[in-house]
Amino acid sequence: MAIPIAYNFRNLVVRKTTTLMTALGIALTVATLLAILALVNGLRVTLSASGDPLRIVVLRQGADSELVSNFVRTQFQDLKFKQGIASGADGQPLASLEMVTIANLAVVGGSDININVRALLQVGRELRPNVHIVSGRWYQPGQREVVVGKMLALQHESARIGKRIRLGRGEWECVGIMDGGGGATDSEVWGDLNQISSDLQRIEILSSATVKATDAVTAKALINDINNDQRLNMTAVSEKEYYDRQTDSGVPIRDVGIFVAIIMAVGSSFAAMNTMYAAVARRSREIGTLRVLGFSPGSIMLSFFLESVLLSLLGGVLGCLLALVLNGYGTQVGANFATMAFAFRVTPSIMAVGLAFAVILGAVGGLLPARMAARKEILTALRAV
Amino acid sequence: MRYLPLILKNCWRNRRRTVLTIASIGVSMCLLGVMASMYHSFYMGGPAPDQALRLVVRNRISIAVALPLSYRDNIQRIPGVREVMYANYFQGVYKDSRNPENMFARFAVDSEELFKVFGEFRIPEDQKRAFLRERAACVIGRDVANRLHLKLGDRIPIKGDIFPGDFEFTVRGIFDSPRSSQVMYFNREYLEQSMSERRRGFVGMFYVRIDDPDRSPRVAQAIDDEFHNSTAQTKTESEQAFMVGFLSLLGNVKMFLLGISAAVMFTILLVSANTMAMSVRERVREIGVLKTLGFTPAAVLGLVLGEACAISVAGGLIGYLLSTLLMQMVAKSPFGGFLPTLPLIEVPVAATCIAIAAAIGVVSSLVPAAGASRLPIVEALRSTD
Repeated sequence: MAIPIAYNFRNLVVRKTTTLMTALGIALTVATLLAILALVNGLRVTLSASGDPLRIVVLRQGADSELVSNFVRTQFQDLKFKQGIASGADGQPLASLEMVTIANLAVVGGSDININVRALLQVGRELRPNVHIVSGRWYQPGQREVVVGKMLALQHESARIGKRIRLGRGEWECVGIMDGGGGATDSEVWGDLNQISSDLQRIEILSSATVKATDAVTAKALINDINNDQRLNMTAVSEKEYYDRQTDSGVPIRDVGIFVAIIMAVGSSFAAMNTMYAAVARRSREIGTLRVLGFSPGSIMLSFFLESVLLSLLGGVLGCLLALVLNGYGTQVGANFATMAFAFRVTPSIMAVGLAFAVILGAVGGLLPARMAARKEILTALRAV
Repeated sequence: MRYLPLILKNCWRNRRRTVLTIASIGVSMCLLGVMASMYHSFYMGGPAPDQALRLVVRNRISIAVALPLSYRDNIQRIPGVREVMYANYFQGVYKDSRNPENMFARFAVDSEELFKVFGEFRIPEDQKRAFLRERAACVIGRDVANRLHLKLGDRIPIKGDIFPGDFEFTVRGIFDSPRSSQVMYFNREYLEQSMSERRRGFVGMFYVRIDDPDRSPRVAQAIDDEFHNSTAQTKTESEQAFMVGFLSLLGNVKMFLLGISAAVMFTILLVSANTMAMSVRERVREIGVLKTLGFTPAAVLGLVLGEACAISVAGGLIGYLLSTLLMQMVAKSPFGGFLPTLPLIEVPVAATCIAIAAAIGVVSSLVPAAGASRLPIVEALRSTD
């Protein structure tokens, strides 16, 4: 017969200081793991929110990001009239030639950060209807004006309405804040293509093109068409896939985080082991009594094992609570040489990982002490002081 | 001091607990040691003598934005400058970029200047001549050669991404460097030939070798001043600062290191406090006996504090030694190419680790030690637990 689990609960409550300390140690380990997973998850969510499967990004062959790509105006004419590109309100194809470059943004009380600048024409905005202005107004073509993404504006004082951003040969006034629905756009600065490209002396060589397909089937055909066009010599990927690939920049952070968490977990499981050994030693007489009452060594082992798991589960829950504090906290990483602002995202599945991690940790730490408890001789156990 | 044998005996009475505690602290301290030595080498350590002689000039906006090649002559004329080498970060894909095994840095450089600017590279004279003679030749660091099993005469095919095209390099030299040498250099002429007309004449950065390390800030300032009114402004920094800047593209490295260190320290504190509380609780009667024998409260306090310190310093020492091993592994990994020089034992880091361990020992045992020293004799002797 199994020992009721209430017995273990009570034991944990009786030794509350020790329980709490051990659990807190485990909690910190779990919280560290969760913080890093939430960071990478936030990055992934932000990037995948940026992608629309119908929009297709066209880059120079071999380039893996818009920043290192280049696109000559004459090539664009060949691309623009391909089959399958949707038409805009004015009957023109929804194909946008764009330039992506980097600007420095001064940070109050810190070193400069790099931000992505996207220069586009009216059609570029038309094929991204999800991006809208939340305050201020759009830039005027022909003016030295830009709009900034809302995450950027939120995190940096120097990227708000009325401020000036240095780019190319001068300064540009920020006239509006745009909302791209939680995607990469929220960390970008947008301005007029002709104005910016002439300022940077890149009138002919721009970065990339984005086109919108009429439907999902055509999108696939269009991608194949562009990829196989020898004359164009470009690669096309759906915007969704493009941003999914950019998620790779989070991989090193995640790997380092997991490595750190595993090392911390080894330390914490030793600590849990210590606590459980002490519990076994102190409850020697109790164990003897339980045996006299007829509980088998197996059920004693199970009971102590469960107690260790309960202890670490408590730690796991505390760790999740600690990590929840971070949820929504804005941060940034440099994706592809430019800063990408996003928020930590603690999701239920991440918390489940944290709890599972805690349970494994407690199971490893509890196994040996539980075995020791089960092996105690009844008489010696009863005689212990 | 004369209580030292007693303290050590006390540590050793519950061997399993002491070993577990030391192991737990050791594992965590190992992590702390790694964090501390990274922090030290990024933000505090002075550069190695050969590195102190080098500056890197890049575009003020970002290393992803190029500088005109013509800047070389202007830089060369600045007093204090001995050699100038232009370079492009080439990136490219060797076999499969998803496999981190195939990652190593690749630079297109002025091959004539390479071994003058990087005076610490050791390469046989005949290999150097072979490298200079051939346009498609490259030299690779010993670490790359060993890891990928490359030898002289082997061909390295690389698909360009920043610079499109298929390139094939022949290994003509393998050099030794006092640092991690996960790097390949080749003649920039080869790259220039493959570029479109418009992209020629631009380089990513200049490596500058100066006469006197003490004058490096002044020379750096002079270079930046020289181009202050040009279209492409420069940022000149020490090689070390440049590398840290490269890393910070991954995110806020400083916060990351400090955050993890804080979590680790707090975990150790909990583990150690828990152990000391357990061991004092177990010995209440014994403390009563000690006091009966004439030990003063101060002596009892010292005994408990000493025990905690002994355990955590032992853990700290083991942890630090483990961390040096780990750092050696990190330095040998592809990631190591970004790290500044890492000597085997960094005295300030070692001292910090051990001081932290001792401090943790004291802090963690303060409460149980104070309790033990204040305990009245009669009550202590009466205790049954």
